[in-house]
Amino acid sequence: MAQLYFEQLLNGIQLGMFLFLVSSGLTLIFGFMNVINLAHGSLFMIGAYAIAFLHGVTNSFLLALILSLPVVAIFAWVIEVVIISRLYTRDHLDQVLATFALILFINEGTTMLFGRTPMFLDVPPLLSGMISIFGVVSYPLYRIAIIVAGLAVAFVLWIIIAKTRLGMLIRAGTTNRETVEQLGVNINQLNTIIFVAGAMFAGFAGMLAGPLTSVEVGMGENLLILCFVCIVIGGIGSIRGALLGAITVGVVDTMGRAFVPDLLGKFLEPTAASGISAGLSSMSIYLLMVVVLVVKPTGLFPVVKSH
Amino acid sequence: MRYTQHTRFLIVCLVILILLPWFFQTIESSYLVSTFTRLVIFAIAAVSLDLLIGYTGLVSFGHAAFLGVGAYTVGILSFHAYEETTFLGLPGTLSGLVSIPLAIVLSALVALIIGALSLRTKGVYFIMITLSFGQMLFFLFVSLEQYGGDDGMMMFDGRNTLPGFNLNDRVEFYYFCLTWFVLFFWFSTRLVRSKFGRTLAAIRQNEDRLSSIGINEYWAKLQIFVIAGIGAGLAGALSANHTEFISPDITHWTRSGDLMIVVILGGMGTLIGPVLGTFLFLLLEEFLPLILHSLGLNLLSEHWRFVFGPILILMVLYAKFGLYGLIFRQRS
Amino acid sequence: MKLNIFRLIVGLTLSAIGAGAVLAEDLKIGLITTLSGGGGYLGADVRDGFLLAIKEEGGKLGGKAVEVLVEDDGRKPETGRAIAERFLERDGVEIMTGIIFSNISPVVAPLTLRAGRFYVTPNSAPSQFAGKKCHENYFAVAWQNDTLHESAGLNATSQGYKNAYILAPNYQAGKDSLAGFKRYFDGEIVGEVYTKLGQTDYAAEIAKIRAAKPEMVFHFLPGGMGINFAKQYDQAGMNDEVPLVLAAPSADIKILKAVGASMVGISNSSHWNHDLDNAANKAFIAGFEAAYDRSPTVYASQGYDTAKLIASALSATGGKVTEDMDGFRAAMKAADFDSVRGPFKFNNNHHPIQNWYSRVVVERDGQFVNKITGTIVENHGDAYASQCSM
Repeated sequence: MAQLYFEQLLNGIQLGMFLFLVSSGLTLIFGFMNVINLAHGSLFMIGAYAIAFLHGVTNSFLLALILSLPVVAIFAWVIEVVIISRLYTRDHLDQVLATFALILFINEGTTMLFGRTPMFLDVPPLLSGMISIFGVVSYPLYRIAIIVAGLAVAFVLWIIIAKTRLGMLIRAGTTNRETVEQLGVNINQLNTIIFVAGAMFAGFAGMLAGPLTSVEVGMGENLLILCFVCIVIGGIGSIRGALLGAITVGVVDTMGRAFVPDLLGKFLEPTAASGISAGLSSMSIYLLMVVVLVVKPTGLFPVVKSH
Repeated sequence: MRYTQHTRFLIVCLVILILLPWFFQTIESSYLVSTFTRLVIFAIAAVSLDLLIGYTGLVSFGHAAFLGVGAYTVGILSFHAYEETTFLGLPGTLSGLVSIPLAIVLSALVALIIGALSLRTKGVYFIMITLSFGQMLFFLFVSLEQYGGDDGMMMFDGRNTLPGFNLNDRVEFYYFCLTWFVLFFWFSTRLVRSKFGRTLAAIRQNEDRLSSIGINEYWAKLQIFVIAGIGAGLAGALSANHTEFISPDITHWTRSGDLMIVVILGGMGTLIGPVLGTFLFLLLEEFLPLILHSLGLNLLSEHWRFVFGPILILMVLYAKFGLYGLIFRQRS
Repeated sequence: MKLNIFRLIVGLTLSAIGAGAVLAEDLKIGLITTLSGGGGYLGADVRDGFLLAIKEEGGKLGGKAVEVLVEDDGRKPETGRAIAERFLERDGVEIMTGIIFSNISPVVAPLTLRAGRFYVTPNSAPSQFAGKKCHENYFAVAWQNDTLHESAGLNATSQGYKNAYILAPNYQAGKDSLAGFKRYFDGEIVGEVYTKLGQTDYAAEIAKIRAAKPEMVFHFLPGGMGINFAKQYDQAGMNDEVPLVLAAPSADIKILKAVGASMVGISNSSHWNHDLDNAANKAFIAGFEAAYDRSPTVYASQGYDTAKLIASALSATGGKVTEDMDGFRAAMKAADFDSVRGPFKFNNNHHPIQNWYSRVVVERDGQFVNKITGTIVENHGDAYASQCSM
């Protein structure tokens, strides 16, 4: 039983890591630049397709991973310069619409390039197989690697934001944008850097996701909605909040999917139990978001604006 | 002068819409009546969203939720009528006199609840909370195994009944939907031109000073939210009847996105704009691939969204007045 | 007023296009299938198998010129419904075929039958149309859903397993699959789990299987779902702990190729395999490989058989379908064609009576394929035939 509970918990944390990687960029972009970027999920997808394609070409997971990073970076840079930069002064409606249209464009373009069949990618041999944790639970090594990667990124982000000048600018910009502008900092350059960085985290998540599940068009959108929940629960603009929100959502969703059907299965037949429990665990996450918003409209770790 | 040009335009459009079935019959493409029915139904939903986005400045990203409420009301009643079982003790029915008013009432109720909670937030949080309510409803419908779950269900006995009419006839159903559309459009027009409409405009433009004029902003927003919800619920009920099929997809968040696109494309805050936007959007969706295919541009025909996406972005960035502005040479 | 002229022109253009669609003389066959997503290659293969038969006859089936309209339903019932409506009302389709997934057939089939047209399914065959709702114009060419999995149940029993953990996606075919397996499996069911259609991550389910410690696992996860599950199952080290006994949809050559060596040794069952020794099959495989430069999956064989069946009926009625409904129907029932499976005939409910073979996954010349190891059952009909009043 310990195996089962711990395994499901780890599954939840692993999902949380994906959510965190994508959410961190999303929350930064929203917190710093006040832009709602619906196309952030597309960057996740681009990362996945990049690694799948490059892996097919180079046959090395590591090489493909390294090469995919600049691919995502370039994409993000182009998107930022051409479209996102024009949205900074626009209201949220315009941002939602423009980035929604961007999703259509990117998805269609990807379909034109890669077709409608999903691509599959293998787990690198070095990271395949199982690992035993404290002798209590056996868990796939690759998923542990994802958790480790996610925590590493969280740590790196913390260092950057808390200890570097860039981080100081980010913190300043999220609380009071005008001040930063008046400091004589090249705000446009900063915007681009942050956008590209955020995009790369999302793309990195996509690359890690490649071997785990199939790479297909639309894989980003499913994750994106959950990410919005994460950052709203955690507080927009807060990396700490994104991490907390992501792990919460990941664990709630996974544990729900794992254990609620069994619970309901005691009262209902399997197909009904499965349907309702899937619905319930999915709904519960949004319910959580609604509760948080109604009680604490700015999230649990809000970045307090000073203007 | 805008008023008269407006009204003339509306009358001409109405006449064309009324004559369409006869026209299609003469050129032996009666199938197209079905396409225009879909257009008219979608237009009702678009107009209802314009009341929120265009007139009140409320960016609701979960408007498709009400489409679902309306559709599932009709669907569940039809299901129980067909299976001859009861729902919470009440029998099902295929009667349009029950299904459609009930769809409207339930949409109003759901809108009241969602609105009461969501309108406590503002800005991006409002967008997020309406999105999550939309998602909740989506997953609720998905979890209803009995009513098809993810795959949806058919109305096995056909469309709702209406004494004296046969809604299963394509043309009669078209006029049925057209009537509802005209009614809702007329109602919306009167609403936005009334004192209440001016309150909404004030809310959209400048929220801070309202309480000093004695306007309860929250209550006004809630009222319009419910009215918009009713419009979408009506559209949902009609849509269920049109396709004789109900699935959670009608509530998917991308459907809310589609509605928003249509409102902006047509020109928000104009009521006619969304209708024009619907016209363009559905026509593009249905016929652009065909036209491109017959012109030999096969690759593009299948992937027309590749072209559509950037056009939309350009419109959002530079031509927000939409089709309406294009035609009437006005900014909305 | 310039908008009115604009509308008029648009209207006329549209109607011209619409009118154009009605003119042609060829028999129109509507092929609505899944071409996108994880299940896309199933539809692509059915389509290619079907079109191969037409190509072999130079654009004809049974001597009648045919035009096949192919569209992608994206595994969404609403899309399938919209396409079917268009095919039936605007394009004058007389035979509807192609549906892969059983969440779409309950919508497209009734629409087709209500319009008085023939519905011939090359894949999906849910139980309701085999039993109480059977219809004279409805024909299933591949199998009845349950029988695919009944063969696995028989296979598992004959291999001596005493209990099993079973999974399938939560839709009609998924439910049929587990019902079919349970019907013919003599052991105990330790766990019965329904996943989401199109689900990609099975970590939670695999964890539960590990905890339950069954003797074997049976699952019905066609297409991309099967690939994802198999890879994750292997990654979790489960292949060494709990063996899989599968049915054809979970072990087609595409899945074998994508998953690789970890599938070797897995036992499964099917109604067709590449090494079936009959003339029609040999010709089919050679023709398919020559035309498409790849090996056919079982879905291609089904698409091909469907076209050949229709061809046999068309040749009997001289190309008439709607003008001679009774004649066409009788000719279809007679099934007077050489199926690539060998012996084939229809039951009273228009579903097949055929043999089922046990197979095992082997590696041959660097490829992963299935090899027939024996016959599980001969002339097996489905369980719903008696409920059909035909």
